[in-house]
Amino acid sequence: MLLLALGGLAALVLSVLATSALGPADVSLVVVRDVLLNHLGLADVPVRPAKDAIVWEERLPRALTAAACGAGLGICGVVMQALLRNPLADPFVLGISSGASTGAVVVGVLGLGGTALGLPGGAFVGALLAFGLVLLLARLAGGGTERVVLAGVAGTQLFSALTSAVIFAVADSDETRGVMFWLLGSLEGVRWHDVAVSSAVVVVGTAICWARAPALDAFAFGDEVAASLGIAVGRLRLLLLVLTALVTAALVSVAGAIGFVGLVLPHAARLLVGPGHVRLVPATALAGAVFMVWVDAVSRIAFAPTPLPVGVGTALIGVPAFVLVMLRRRRTL
Amino acid sequence: MTLEARQVAWRRGGVLVVDGVSLHPARGATVGLLGPNGSGKSSLLRLLAGAVRPDEGAVALDGVPLRSVPRRDVARAVAVVSQHADTEVDLCVRDVVRLGRHPHRGLLGGDPGRDDAAVDAALAHTGLTDRAERKWHTLSGGERQRAQIARALAQEPRELLLDEPTNHLDIHHQLELLQLVARLPVTSVVALHDLNLAAMFCDQLVVLTAGRVVAAGTPAEVLTAELVARVYGVRARVRTEDDGRTSVLFEPGPVDAPAEPVPSA
Repeated sequence: MLLLALGGLAALVLSVLATSALGPADVSLVVVRDVLLNHLGLADVPVRPAKDAIVWEERLPRALTAAACGAGLGICGVVMQALLRNPLADPFVLGISSGASTGAVVVGVLGLGGTALGLPGGAFVGALLAFGLVLLLARLAGGGTERVVLAGVAGTQLFSALTSAVIFAVADSDETRGVMFWLLGSLEGVRWHDVAVSSAVVVVGTAICWARAPALDAFAFGDEVAASLGIAVGRLRLLLLVLTALVTAALVSVAGAIGFVGLVLPHAARLLVGPGHVRLVPATALAGAVFMVWVDAVSRIAFAPTPLPVGVGTALIGVPAFVLVMLRRRRTL
Repeated sequence: MTLEARQVAWRRGGVLVVDGVSLHPARGATVGLLGPNGSGKSSLLRLLAGAVRPDEGAVALDGVPLRSVPRRDVARAVAVVSQHADTEVDLCVRDVVRLGRHPHRGLLGGDPGRDDAAVDAALAHTGLTDRAERKWHTLSGGERQRAQIARALAQEPRELLLDEPTNHLDIHHQLELLQLVARLPVTSVVALHDLNLAAMFCDQLVVLTAGRVVAAGTPAEVLTAELVARVYGVRARVRTEDDGRTSVLFEPGPVDAPAEPVPSA
């Protein structure tokens, strides 16, 4: 357990460093190390300012934000899959990412709420509205786990349409292209303040979910069994679902709506460490972070200088990887 | 003392589902809840478990109303085995049983030694020790029920509430499971459909019709041809076997006396 955790952390650190050396501008791993040590005040190695700027101002914050997004979306998937007892639940499938996008676009393009709300605030309001609507729809349709996914599909369509309507009605063509790119999930141009926002939200969110991990286990047989085991089912569900909406909103406001990670990373982590949430929560966070760092690096380099939206990369790389893991697992059973 | 219902009534959608029921199980006894479909057996169990709150009356644990007892304390005293417990999570039997330790966790986790001992004891009690590593989805219906009972036992409760635990089991597993329940050193309240099984394994029987208690007592006192006709609308012969056990033999055809009319809610 400890070994796995340390291994995961080491893999994450190495991934961030290694991907910071990748890209069209030629920067070696040694330079990455020197830049890092310089900025941490641990060394004073001369580095060309252009390289320093590429590593410190662009690639490192980008890799760290990618890590936060991967970890946060993975955790949201774990929590939603456990609480809604649905292996298909994740912020993207249930329309929460779409709602957050709509909220962010309404603030960003229409200027509603303005500076008081900001993009993250708009995204949070949108995410909560979408979540509330989807859960209400699911309940009106008679509850049950399939209904939640159906309602999520409806919610996704509705909020995507609203977002498109706002963009085409108001934005000019340049703005439209920018927003559409961001909607597909993009880490273009993230800076240190994005790192601060996303990693703070994700670290706090992961800690809260980890603290509640044993309670998440108890949902395996449904609400009544969980309640009979002494869990305040309603209160815990509200707390954790609002938390996932908050994390999703923060990440969408930084990086747009990135699909696939929240859905599949928890399953991949389950194959590695089993279904117990005490292990699953940290494992998913680490696996999501490492996965996302590499996917972002590949998306950024593959068609350089034209960047690929990272949401496109997650699916193109993630789906085959997941199929591979599933097939190998099948053979060992 | 322990868990008891005092004149509880509960409405669902304006309909009175449980209507002034009192239940005082003797410590260590196995109490059978009988009654036709929709007579309020499951609802009474849910009231006893604290899953729903009574509209009138009270369920009390050691004399304290259930709603003022902290959830965790309730879960340490009362365990529930519901009718349809299923999961898609890829758990093994030991994982399922360990869920029962949740109410015993403190802020910093449980006592691993005691948890393991309780889980092992529960597995042994239900005959699942050699199947502890089996996956849930590979278990038969009977094994699943036993795993749920083991999970409930791992809670180390004083009271066990079971809702039709023999549903979907063949007769061998029905007998085996109820024998297990009857032998447990806890007070059990079991909702049952099969009158003969109830007579065989329960110390006390409570018969519900339309949410009300219409008979209560030992199987020999409660199970009469007259009661079966009145409650279920079925003709039956009731006799006492050589070993003192009551058995019920059903007969086809209409009853002589009409079934008790269901009071309109």
